[in-house]
Amino acid sequence: METLKGIITEHPFFAGLDDSFADLMVSCASNVRFKAGTYILKEGDAANTFYLIREGKVAVEVFAPQHKPIIVSTLGVGEILGWSWLMPPFQWKFHAHAVDDIRAIALDGKCLRTKCEENHDLGYEILKRFARIMEQRLEATRLQLLDVYGVRR
Amino acid sequence: MATAITNDPMLPQPYSVREVAKETPDTFTLSLKPENAVNKTSFQPGQFSMLWVFGIGELPISISGDPALHDRLVYTVRSVGQATHSLVNLRVGDGVGVRGPFGAGWPAEAARGRDIIVVAGGIGLAPLRPLIYQVLQNRKNYGRLVILYGGRSPRDLLYRKELATWARNRETQVLVTVDYGGLGWRGHVGVVTTLFKYTRLQPARSVAMVCGPEIMMRFVVGELETQGISQDDIYVSMERNMKCAVGFCGHCQYGPYFICKDGPVFQCERVRKLLEKYEI
Repeated sequence: METLKGIITEHPFFAGLDDSFADLMVSCASNVRFKAGTYILKEGDAANTFYLIREGKVAVEVFAPQHKPIIVSTLGVGEILGWSWLMPPFQWKFHAHAVDDIRAIALDGKCLRTKCEENHDLGYEILKRFARIMEQRLEATRLQLLDVYGVRR
Repeated sequence: MATAITNDPMLPQPYSVREVAKETPDTFTLSLKPENAVNKTSFQPGQFSMLWVFGIGELPISISGDPALHDRLVYTVRSVGQATHSLVNLRVGDGVGVRGPFGAGWPAEAARGRDIIVVAGGIGLAPLRPLIYQVLQNRKNYGRLVILYGGRSPRDLLYRKELATWARNRETQVLVTVDYGGLGWRGHVGVVTTLFKYTRLQPARSVAMVCGPEIMMRFVVGELETQGISQDDIYVSMERNMKCAVGFCGHCQYGPYFICKDGPVFQCERVRKLLEKYEI
């Protein structure tokens, strides 16, 4: 039977996580599901959670006035959703909706923030992992902005 | 005498349009048949031809058809200028001059027994399609086939039906992503490099073949290296302004190479440094 700790440590985002840190993570974690088409988070709402995606695809969207939602990226199995819980004002900057039925581990951001303040080694470990994700997504976004498949005139 | 004329690489051979298919709003696939019965078509995946549009000019186009079909040559052309616009507006029966095929293609034979990683961006899928046909027709000679394809938007994707068909083959993984997804799009959104995390590559037994805009290829090569695939096992298809196609004129010089003769497909190790030089 899969344990929450096993699921967390086997997720690529937490690969190689120290066992004592994994125990701390488990105390802030829970299994969640979302039906396809439902919103997992909405821009402006309080950001107090992040998700380890285990199954399905999530679309990260931005709304522009008088436009349909614009999907800026999709996230799938093995990826994480949400980092606004890490930095003030702890509010989501985008919408995210479930493209498929989603299975995920939700990690309570408030709980984690408290633990990170108490244990700076844990805090540094978490920040390093998020910094890597942010760097990858920034690089991907820059490449996306180049519109490399557009016609050069 | 007739043989000598046929073998002259500078002399276009007469072909006619047998079919034109619209792939996207600005991209069309032309199937040409040889007018001269002795001209059985034969090419290596990754090679290109010089297509002569009468009264307009000549332009290099990669062959995008099935190398096992010897009664036709197939090209996928994006209409971006006068010559390509004229080409995609040809009608069935219209004549076209064809020189070639030219250049070095994908190492399909050398890659036997290996996993094949195909990474394409935009119209870069066209020169890779003959390789995909060859691998799928000789499935037992190759390991896994992974196709990663990125496009601008869903309506700009080439060969959508074929992509779905290819994905149904055994040991074949096809992942498609777009930079801008519309509301009806349920696939991936993001650049092609973001697809690597959904593959489980075995670097030691993989050969990667990459074609797309140069910026994209540079990032893809970096990602392939991160995945553990060596530069010796990565191949890229380069593009420059080709004129003679046989290494005489120098128009397509790329560092110490002529793209038309030494390429268009290069082992990455040979051109890796050039990919990062903006002057070239």
